[in-house]
Amino acid sequence: MMRKWLVVLGLLLVPSAVALAVNARMIVQVQRGQIRATPSYLASVLATVPYGVSVEILQTKGEWMQVKSLQGQVGWMHKSALTTKAVPMSSGSTTAKTGATSDELALAGKGFNSDIEREFKAKNKNLNFAAVDRMERIKISPAEMQVFLQTGAVKPLEGGVQ
Amino acid sequence: MKLRPSSLFLGLAFLICGCTEVTQIGTSVGVASGTITQGQAQSIKRSAAAVEKTFQDITPEQEYYIGRSVAATILTTYKPFDQEAATRYVNLIGQTLGQASGRPETFGGYHFAIMDTDEINAFAAPGGLILISRGLLRCCRNEDALAAVLAHEVSHVERQHGLKAIKAGRLTNAALVVGTEVAKNLTTQELAEATKAFEGTINDIFSTLVNSGYSRSTEFEADATAVNTLRRVGYNPEGLVDMLQEMQKRLKPGSHGFGSTHPAPKDRIDAVRKILGKPVSIVDQPVRKQRFAAALSKI
Repeated sequence: MMRKWLVVLGLLLVPSAVALAVNARMIVQVQRGQIRATPSYLASVLATVPYGVSVEILQTKGEWMQVKSLQGQVGWMHKSALTTKAVPMSSGSTTAKTGATSDELALAGKGFNSDIEREFKAKNKNLNFAAVDRMERIKISPAEMQVFLQTGAVKPLEGGVQ
Repeated sequence: MKLRPSSLFLGLAFLICGCTEVTQIGTSVGVASGTITQGQAQSIKRSAAAVEKTFQDITPEQEYYIGRSVAATILTTYKPFDQEAATRYVNLIGQTLGQASGRPETFGGYHFAIMDTDEINAFAAPGGLILISRGLLRCCRNEDALAAVLAHEVSHVERQHGLKAIKAGRLTNAALVVGTEVAKNLTTQELAEATKAFEGTINDIFSTLVNSGYSRSTEFEADATAVNTLRRVGYNPEGLVDMLQEMQKRLKPGSHGFGSTHPAPKDRIDAVRKILGKPVSIVDQPVRKQRFAAALSKI
């Protein structure tokens, strides 16, 4: 009985110790940051966090970070989606204040942004941006990837996907 | 020469702090001691910031816009091959490899298109827009070989090779509006300056991708990174060797595309062989073989 309680206590203490050690916030630097169920690229996406919004870092595991969103969603994000630097817009409060959609805000950065692209397009009307827009519409979900790999018997020889 | 206390402080500060911090401290001291005006201080801060900009200061969002314009420029020279089944198949493999790479999250994600040309060629625009020619697809005899081609291009995006092609000094003008301190609308002059820098940036990357190619070491690095990504997904990296052998047969010396922008296939095979060790034959699974043929039979 005593041993059982020690195990429970241990399980409770380990994650909180890690959380205390990390205890930081990072900002999403991609259009739609994906919070996944497990630290794997094939894991299902539980929620997305828009560009410029911060998440709480609970712990890190290799290239993955366990995060908690402002809405309380806990899951894993890859480090490449996150930055500690400020991105050119503020977080949730701005969204509420301006009433703009997250997509519009995602395009509101400075420097090489949608304004510049518009200028560039106006000066170079022959460029095939329509084909680029068509490319971007093709999105493969983690579930489709999983089915594709399984049916083709594509699997790592050792270790599995990290 | 009389040494002002503020100069002494600046000297000490330079030894202790990084350059940006010194600029801030220095200009504050200068304004406080009356040696420079507030306007001059702002100007110094701006030029210091301008000098510091390199490809590493480009955010994923800015990289995304650079990549879109590079891809739009390439797709004006090389028309897209709009065959849905083939394009979707290439995206299934390519986007999976993108997710398994060392950089799964780019601002707009990984997306693939086929170029309608016999030329053996492929381009990875910054941020993840990847273009593969019909000629290069014909060098792939199976799904593992196709995965190897796509993994090589994903590696260029992961390692930001495209951004490294931007000429030194190109981003200094743009830097005046690249800062991230406060979001604001650009003035007409700032917009014009930034657009000029943007055009130059697109031109630098386009001419490197299409005309001169990356350095040999950059290509070898992309091959080595591709081997890792292929292994993580479960494709046989021997697919890369298989594809390069087929390319060697098809590539005409001095031809456009890989004939002039990439190291000879044989040199790449030798370098990859060192990483892979003893050859392991590719087992072409029936389902993989079938879907490969179905998607690319008319390529």
